[in-house]
Amino acid sequence: MSGTNTAPQARAVSVQGLTKSFGNYLALRGIDLEIEHGQSVVIFGPNGAGKTTLIKVLSTIMRPSSGTVSVDGLNLKDNAEEIRHRIGLVAHQTFLYNNLTAYENLEFYSRLYDVSERKQRIHEVAAMVRMTSRLHDRVGTLSRGTQQRLAIARVLLHKPVIMLLDEPETGLDQHAMSMLWKALKAEGKEKRTIILTTHNLERGLELGERLLILDKGKIVYEGSRQALDLAGLEEAYEHSTRG
Amino acid sequence: MNFWRKVIAITWKDVLSEMRTREIIFSVLIFTLLVIVIFNFAFGASQQLMVLVAPGILWVTFAFAGVLSLNRSFIPEKEESCLEGLMVCPISREVIYVGKMLGSLLFMLIIEAIALPIFAVLFNLPVLSLQLVTITVFTTIGFVAVGTLFSALAVNTKAREMVLPILFFPIVVPIIIGAVEASSLALSGKPWGDLSPWLQIIGAFDAIFLVVSFLIFTFVIEE
Repeated sequence: MSGTNTAPQARAVSVQGLTKSFGNYLALRGIDLEIEHGQSVVIFGPNGAGKTTLIKVLSTIMRPSSGTVSVDGLNLKDNAEEIRHRIGLVAHQTFLYNNLTAYENLEFYSRLYDVSERKQRIHEVAAMVRMTSRLHDRVGTLSRGTQQRLAIARVLLHKPVIMLLDEPETGLDQHAMSMLWKALKAEGKEKRTIILTTHNLERGLELGERLLILDKGKIVYEGSRQALDLAGLEEAYEHSTRG
Repeated sequence: MNFWRKVIAITWKDVLSEMRTREIIFSVLIFTLLVIVIFNFAFGASQQLMVLVAPGILWVTFAFAGVLSLNRSFIPEKEESCLEGLMVCPISREVIYVGKMLGSLLFMLIIEAIALPIFAVLFNLPVLSLQLVTITVFTTIGFVAVGTLFSALAVNTKAREMVLPILFFPIVVPIIIGAVEASSLALSGKPWGDLSPWLQIIGAFDAIFLVVSFLIFTFVIEE
């Protein structure tokens, strides 16, 4: 799996002058961002700030309109497929097929991710999210919470070194969210790079080392957990996103 | 090899899903059989008339059945929000296109394989000939090549069931005309040589639209 082949000297994410427009609407307006390996970065922002667009560009779902983006030292424009091996995306949706069983879903994705020793890895990730006994049930028959746990198993299949979490708390309940966090920290000797977008200031402050506020497609605030408490973050958020 | 392994994974996933729901094959087959039966009643009186109108009936039926089937190609991906899941996998967009196209092609060929013998019996025409089977297979390839592309385009629109035929039919008119003309000659018992100009048109359409759709699918799905 190429997901484990990291370039240690390169930054996990490097973004320069990133813009993304939809017709006349400019969703991202010149984002500059450097993220080191192993950092957990939380991006806050109101609705329409550009958080999901930024995650979609970083995860190669969308092409940037201008600017350069590199992930793990690889330029997004030329190495999208290689980048996708290294990232895992947890979004609002589970990306699971309701008519297939949990096992079939995991097997399907593990084929697309070139996971070696598929069967063993599927059982490993299923055990991580305590899904082993439900592996042969159809996804459509699983509860929302169980589907969420399966979605976590799906994203861990290929051992991504960079995790992109786009407002996962809207798709994950509290239990699944804790499970995701535990699973992200449990696997591998090296710390994963985590980029999380959220509305939830308290949760974000708890999870992130570095805190960014995005508003109207721009990074308007940057701070660190060491320098902020919740009240300070709330004040910074209010101040940065006002008007 | 890796390209084809992943293509087959996507096609197999669609086949498995279809085997569970029978959403596409069952509903499209019912539609196809109903249309054939209705046309059979409408033109059933004269065998001479039947030979004249049968190719048109056959291809109108397959064209509408094809649109129904192709409409469903990307809808499950969209409804289950799995398209982004596929797009974030380390595969080229072309793998998605070819995988989805092969799935749709398989479903269409199964429907046609069931419909053709019924058509032959109801219309009392030699539809099950090598010539007509060849025309059907090659026309279906072109049809599905374009249809898969437009299905991906239409799935992001609100009135997707309407958008697909509006975009799709003007583009596939040449291949449908080719198929109708070639089928007409085949049903009249003409040799392969007489069919060859129409088969060449169908073949050229297949080649052009397979390549064009393959190349532009990335832009359709990302923008």
